[in-house]
Amino acid sequence: MAKAHFVPKIQSKLGQFVDCILILVLVYVSLYAPLFMQGKDNGNSSNSSQKVTWQSLNQNTYEAGQWKKLGYTPQQAQPIIQTRFEYSISWPVLGLTALVIIGYYVFMLKISDKEYREVIREKFGDRP
Amino acid sequence: MSEQVIEVPKQHQIALKKVLSPIHIWGLGVGIVLVGEYMGWNFSVAKGGALGSLIACWVIGLLYTCVAMIDSEVTSTVAAAGGQYTQAKHIIGPLMAFNVALYLVLAYTMLEAADATVFGDLLQEVAGNFGVANLDPKPFVFLCIIFLAWLNYRGVFVTLTFNFVITAFAFIAIILVFFGVSPWSPGVVLHHADLIHGLPYGWIGIIAAFQFGMWYYLGIEGTCQAAEECRSAARSIPLGTMSGMITLVIAASLTWYICSGLLPWEYLGQATTPLYDAARVTNSTWMQVIMFVATVFSNLASANGCINDASRAWFSLSRDRYMPPVFGAVHPHYRTPYRSILFLIPIAVSFAFTNLLDQIITFSILSGLLGYTFMSINMVRFRRLWPLGSIHRGYIHPFHPLPAVMLFLLCVTVYFATYLGYGGQLLSIMAFFIVASLWFSFHRYQYVKRGDQFTMPWPRPKGY
Repeated sequence: MAKAHFVPKIQSKLGQFVDCILILVLVYVSLYAPLFMQGKDNGNSSNSSQKVTWQSLNQNTYEAGQWKKLGYTPQQAQPIIQTRFEYSISWPVLGLTALVIIGYYVFMLKISDKEYREVIREKFGDRP
Repeated sequence: MSEQVIEVPKQHQIALKKVLSPIHIWGLGVGIVLVGEYMGWNFSVAKGGALGSLIACWVIGLLYTCVAMIDSEVTSTVAAAGGQYTQAKHIIGPLMAFNVALYLVLAYTMLEAADATVFGDLLQEVAGNFGVANLDPKPFVFLCIIFLAWLNYRGVFVTLTFNFVITAFAFIAIILVFFGVSPWSPGVVLHHADLIHGLPYGWIGIIAAFQFGMWYYLGIEGTCQAAEECRSAARSIPLGTMSGMITLVIAASLTWYICSGLLPWEYLGQATTPLYDAARVTNSTWMQVIMFVATVFSNLASANGCINDASRAWFSLSRDRYMPPVFGAVHPHYRTPYRSILFLIPIAVSFAFTNLLDQIITFSILSGLLGYTFMSINMVRFRRLWPLGSIHRGYIHPFHPLPAVMLFLLCVTVYFATYLGYGGQLLSIMAFFIVASLWFSFHRYQYVKRGDQFTMPWPRPKGY
């Protein structure tokens, strides 16, 4: 029995160009979007006006020696040493993130399955 | 939707050249990843301390061992350019395949941009050491991408032979420096006891370190992209990928040992070139020179492998009309996907010039992570739709479904780690893939031939 094939539309050159550009624009938007959001955590550093020494930065003799070899003074090393991350969990945001990821996969697997059945039917014919 | 009965014409097509052997697969996989030992892995030290980074190195090593096992089985059976994209197309469905191809193209193009950026920064730093202040790295970044794209354009054999040589040098360099710092005499050159101070953030720091722990191995799955160009994919892919994974576990452990014994953890956590810096503080000229050359080589090898893989993924997408078919052409003489290679050059250059290295690296890591989550689902379906014995498999991985389940659970943990450090980026990138999926389903898929997507000589999948 002859198989029925879906005949895809033919896309114009302009349409092909627009499709490529659209994906690129989406990529750039997603790269720049976090800059306008509060989500980035670069760690916090504290600066004090007191005189900074390797001892006040809790660096032992060996560590102080290595910093010096790398070309750092205590003042230059202070922001690096005192930078700390905060791992606080916002449960609503965590829940939203989990929901987005799970929703994405569920949507993708469901649509993929529908499309896959069409591919298999066209390739192998109707299900016996 | 219009349907009619037609005969699919047989067309003579120029195919990609089958010239690759296991050493090329090793050179491709390790080449892409080894740069992670020269830069990037150390950000996990900032997240969880030196010990946290070591634990992340081994736990994430387990994640990638699962990836390598699964990839070896599926790719040795689905030996086609596009790697995981082609697997998804045959096993899960078109929308998943489109997403997987986007993960691949974006992960590799962004990694290539990051490699070229660091290459430029390294030259700038060394020029500064020799008294040439404020050297503009941008021309070097541009030339680096152009040179490697030209190499890829000219042929896959020379490209991956080049990668094998410079990658082997970068790996041997780590071993030489390891012996150079006398690991058998603690306290002489290496001072772990003075530099390691437990877990600065406790156990949650270890979890947070998982995100950048991926940098130790990110990209090893790229070996699959070369499957269509292997003389024997069933032999080359498992051999090249597994030996590559062993190489990386060794290189990662040695790198951690050298750096954590020479550099204060706070410095290590933010260093741009940690192995090179470790060599600097030894006061050994030969180690410093060898680490500089190896850092440059590792960057070049990674960017080179990324161009190879991103172009194959884009080529495969276009060949199936998921993206404009103009990019699905093979060069008549060099037998490379030359239009895809050329198309991705300006994109990589533009990423490199954005000065968003953080975002680019995070996008690359997350694209990889989404791909690994797919792999765990893909493996379970692959065994269910075609049980063992129903089709010829080049390699059968042991303990199924344990690696797939373990991979899935580790991926969930890394999502949580990413949320801890880069929650905003995670949501932004997910939004990108959701919008792209809607665009594909409701617009792009109308240009795709349905039955032509299934090209493997397999029987009808069970249950369909």
